[in-house]
Amino acid sequence: MPLAFLRLDLEYAKRGYARYAAYPAATLAGLFTNTVFGFMRAFILLALFEGGGEIGGYDRAATVTYAWLTQGLAATIFIWGWQDLGLRIRTGDIATDLIRPVHPLRAGLAFDVGRSLCHAIFRGVPPVVIGSLVFGITTPSGPAVWLAFGLSCGLAIVVSYAFRAIYNVASFWLLDWRGTTILAITAANFFSGFVIPVAFFPLPLEAIARATPFPAMLQVPVDIFVGRVAGAEVVAALASQLAWAILLLLAATWLFDRGVRRLVVQGG
Amino acid sequence: MGEPLESAGLFLRLSAARIRAQLQYRTSFALQTVGMFLISFLDFAAILVIFANVPQLGGWSVSEVALLYAISSLAFSLTDLAIGHLDYLPQLIRDGSFDLLLVRPRGTLFQVVTQDFQIRRIGKVAQSLMVLGYALATLDVIWTPDRVALLIATIPAGALIFASIWVAAICIVFWTTEGNEAANAVTYGGTFFAQYPINIYDRWLRRFLAYLIPTAFVAYFPCLYILGKADPLGLPVWLQVSSPLVALAAALAAGLIWRTAVRHYQSAGG
Repeated sequence: MPLAFLRLDLEYAKRGYARYAAYPAATLAGLFTNTVFGFMRAFILLALFEGGGEIGGYDRAATVTYAWLTQGLAATIFIWGWQDLGLRIRTGDIATDLIRPVHPLRAGLAFDVGRSLCHAIFRGVPPVVIGSLVFGITTPSGPAVWLAFGLSCGLAIVVSYAFRAIYNVASFWLLDWRGTTILAITAANFFSGFVIPVAFFPLPLEAIARATPFPAMLQVPVDIFVGRVAGAEVVAALASQLAWAILLLLAATWLFDRGVRRLVVQGG
Repeated sequence: MGEPLESAGLFLRLSAARIRAQLQYRTSFALQTVGMFLISFLDFAAILVIFANVPQLGGWSVSEVALLYAISSLAFSLTDLAIGHLDYLPQLIRDGSFDLLLVRPRGTLFQVVTQDFQIRRIGKVAQSLMVLGYALATLDVIWTPDRVALLIATIPAGALIFASIWVAAICIVFWTTEGNEAANAVTYGGTFFAQYPINIYDRWLRRFLAYLIPTAFVAYFPCLYILGKADPLGLPVWLQVSSPLVALAAALAAGLIWRTAVRHYQSAGG
């Protein structure tokens, strides 16, 4: 079997999917909240286009699409606070993970891919469908764009996971992690283009955002979907996402392995 | 009627103890509070980005929207500071430790909100005050006594409205413990909704999130009065000064919902 080395990853991914699929009421509650926010954001952003026109390559239809697509993607990439790994480090449970045959960050990534699939199906697609029924949205112009969008979403999940792993690994060093987490999430929310499209930012702020890995988590797949990024630019955009994914995964692994060396597990 | 006063005293004493505990880690505390303060400006930055592209939003200028934002955020951050630990309620219900609260000689709601007190949340209060300062400094308001009085009354009224929404919404976990995220739609969603002029939303969304859940009384109506602005929705003027009354009504309703919900509590399976 050529993919034998991925067998364990596949098992972790299945568990990740099952873990989130096991709580349908939680999924429904999250979907409800996502949808309410989707409506609010769509109306707020539409108010910018009272006089028609275009902002940073976004017209009315693209902006509504952006509002609903980001609602769905935010759940899929999990832009909100995530403490699973940090909690295991603080309680010392991470010691159990260290004796397993797979690196904890690799297992975590596989698990997160499974989670993202569950969230994509139950919390990602429904808001976009609701948005398209109520407002009408623009859809990709052909199968190539759909494919690029799918690839881009996959890379966005990896970038998001690696970023979340980094602020979780901070638990090896920090006594109090809450502040770091809040800082990380707020920065990610804003600079990923989740609050408002990065293309709407005034120039210096846009340049800052584009220099960070955050747009690779959210704004890039959206830009591909609505056609703001097209043709050869799509390849460049995917390449930059891949570069961020590799860089952040390496950084997370390096930090994790250093943290493990100073790990003290209390008790017996 | 000595009990409310005594409870207030107890609330202050418990909170003071938690603050002292958090101040043990001075560097960490300072970093967190300053971090919260700085990072919360990114929240307001979204509004500045909007106005970098358009001169007005639904007929409201940047300073006017800043006033809406500041009042909504200030009211919400005060609520969050006082009762934000209501977010722990799902945990208490899931593991059955809510049982303990039922046998103690205090109200259950009081005991839940005094479980913790996170002083770092003061950072968000400070940020809201700064945005309020910016709004007031850039607006041309003729400050008559009635307008000053309304502005002062609006903050506690808004906080009470948000607190009522929070208490009422979190009650969903008495029926379904996993449902707590749905409450976010009206708590965090409510403050987000109220930060913008409500005339930009569609009518049915306003019915749900502005009137049924009375967030329109947090900032929108009082701001119209303070700014001497004609209501784009053309609603009666008396609504603009009725926030304190709406807040009291909301608090009564929330109290009633809480009592009903607690009676529905079914401990943890064991």
